[in-house]
Amino acid sequence: MKEIVVISGKGGTGKTSVTGCFAALAENAVLADCDVDAADLHMLLAPEIVKRTDFVSGHEAVIREDDCTACGICREKCNFNAINLTEEGKYRIDPYGCEGCKVCVVVCPVDAIDFPENLCGEWYFSHTRFGPMVHAKLGIGQENSGKLVSTVRREAAVKAKELDRDMVIVDGPPGIGCPVIAAVTGSSLLVVVTEPTISGKHDMKRVLELAKHFSVPALVIINKWDINPEMTEEIEKETLAGGAHPVGRIPYDRDFTVAQINGRTLVEEKTGKAVDNITTIWEKVCRTLR
Amino acid sequence: MRIAVASGKGGTGKTTVAVALTLASQEPVVYADCDVEEPNGSIFLRPEITNVEKVLVDVPMIDEAKCKACGDCARFCQFNALVSFNTPPLVFSDLCHSCGGCAIVCPTGAISWKKVPVGEISFGSSDGGRISVVQGKLAVGGSLAPPVIRKVKSYLSDNVFTVVDSPPGTSCPVIESLREADYVLLVTEPTPFGLHDLKLAVETVRELDTLFSVIINRFDEGDSGVEQYCEEEKIHIMVKIPHSRLMAETYSRGGNLFDAIPELREVFRDIPLIIQRGVEAQ
Repeated sequence: MKEIVVISGKGGTGKTSVTGCFAALAENAVLADCDVDAADLHMLLAPEIVKRTDFVSGHEAVIREDDCTACGICREKCNFNAINLTEEGKYRIDPYGCEGCKVCVVVCPVDAIDFPENLCGEWYFSHTRFGPMVHAKLGIGQENSGKLVSTVRREAAVKAKELDRDMVIVDGPPGIGCPVIAAVTGSSLLVVVTEPTISGKHDMKRVLELAKHFSVPALVIINKWDINPEMTEEIEKETLAGGAHPVGRIPYDRDFTVAQINGRTLVEEKTGKAVDNITTIWEKVCRTLR
Repeated sequence: MRIAVASGKGGTGKTTVAVALTLASQEPVVYADCDVEEPNGSIFLRPEITNVEKVLVDVPMIDEAKCKACGDCARFCQFNALVSFNTPPLVFSDLCHSCGGCAIVCPTGAISWKKVPVGEISFGSSDGGRISVVQGKLAVGGSLAPPVIRKVKSYLSDNVFTVVDSPPGTSCPVIESLREADYVLLVTEPTPFGLHDLKLAVETVRELDTLFSVIINRFDEGDSGVEQYCEEEKIHIMVKIPHSRLMAETYSRGGNLFDAIPELREVFRDIPLIIQRGVEAQ
């Protein structure tokens, strides 16, 4: 089973639109949305949810105010400035600041701090018109997005095995931090979607460094390449210098937005240059996997 | 006053807006780049970098002579950064959140701290010193953005007008960037993805109980969903930035919003005043 992860470094380069097209073009894949923080792939694929599962990960500290003697030791020991003194002279934990480390729980001299498990989101198994899909929703402001990404990837791989599918296509998160690392490590191939801008180049270089760091081969697509042809060439040079391969260019096409508004992928909507390019890119991606 | 510029969805023009606010300001201004995974503000502000400082975090160091291999530290660690099989623990620094708990529970005092770098902060200035830039950058392969963001924030002052460029999304790095802001500007685009992620961002800012409004970028390029949503939710739309191919091309070369649409400079110059009035009225 092969696992393709589509990432971008910079947000808004067309990662999800391209992933949607890959989903439409693939014949025997399981689809996974690992952008758990702001998941959008479902808006193109209209998944019908078959099964929901709570995502419980980590713990959260909660002070029982009746038992708290307001000694302040917890606040002193908290390295995350997550414990506030209220106007009534009580201590209260800010759930958005708390990282669930348990230090306050062990230092509290009167055992007044509970440490319940944290429900941070849920994940879904769904059917789409292009095959099975695993996706998720992280609760607002939650920690553990990396762990939820790992859960989605693991469950997608399980489904692929169960249903005898030979490929998982993953829509990855933006950036290079913990959720991206969780999406990238141990995958078969990265497809980096970038744009011909200084920011796009800058962020792509960081993503390629990350790919190298975790020893995952990477292909690079330049979306909206005709916005700046010189920059496109420069990025293709940088791609090779960064140990990756340019796999194709996609022209700026307003119909990506039209397709999105219609809740469909571009390859279902129309024919033309951008669609031809994406189809060729997809064939190259498949050849690289073999 | 501290204004944070955020967006659920990436690539909607967050940095463009944050840079525009900075450039249009009439007074001294600090641009704080908290999008530490992909900091891009400096591309457009081109500060002269005067100083670079490493961001160091504490990770445990085990004194094997004192360690009795009891495993208490590994059982305690909520992040699996310590692993012990009846041996002195192995330390996985990448997973450590630097909470200090392992040293507290160690019965023999075998744990001390060493500093490891997770990123860097660059300081610089442009426009003859009117604009100060504080940029955080997470090291590639480093997973925890919040310590770098906290470090950027440690250099910010309440007395200077400050624009914070936040990371996209709604998870912990975003919260860390928005926590002490007086006001949040949410940048979106008029597409189904833009609207979906805007709703998440609005939920986040409402949870934090911070005043906010919306800026719609490329407002003439998509559908009317975002405007309808803002009307239903009674969310103020601060500015609508038109789509222009010229802007896309200008941006691609590192140009700013006013290079493409000069008439917006006045609009952006007035935004802090409008916000100030709103904050004071509360």
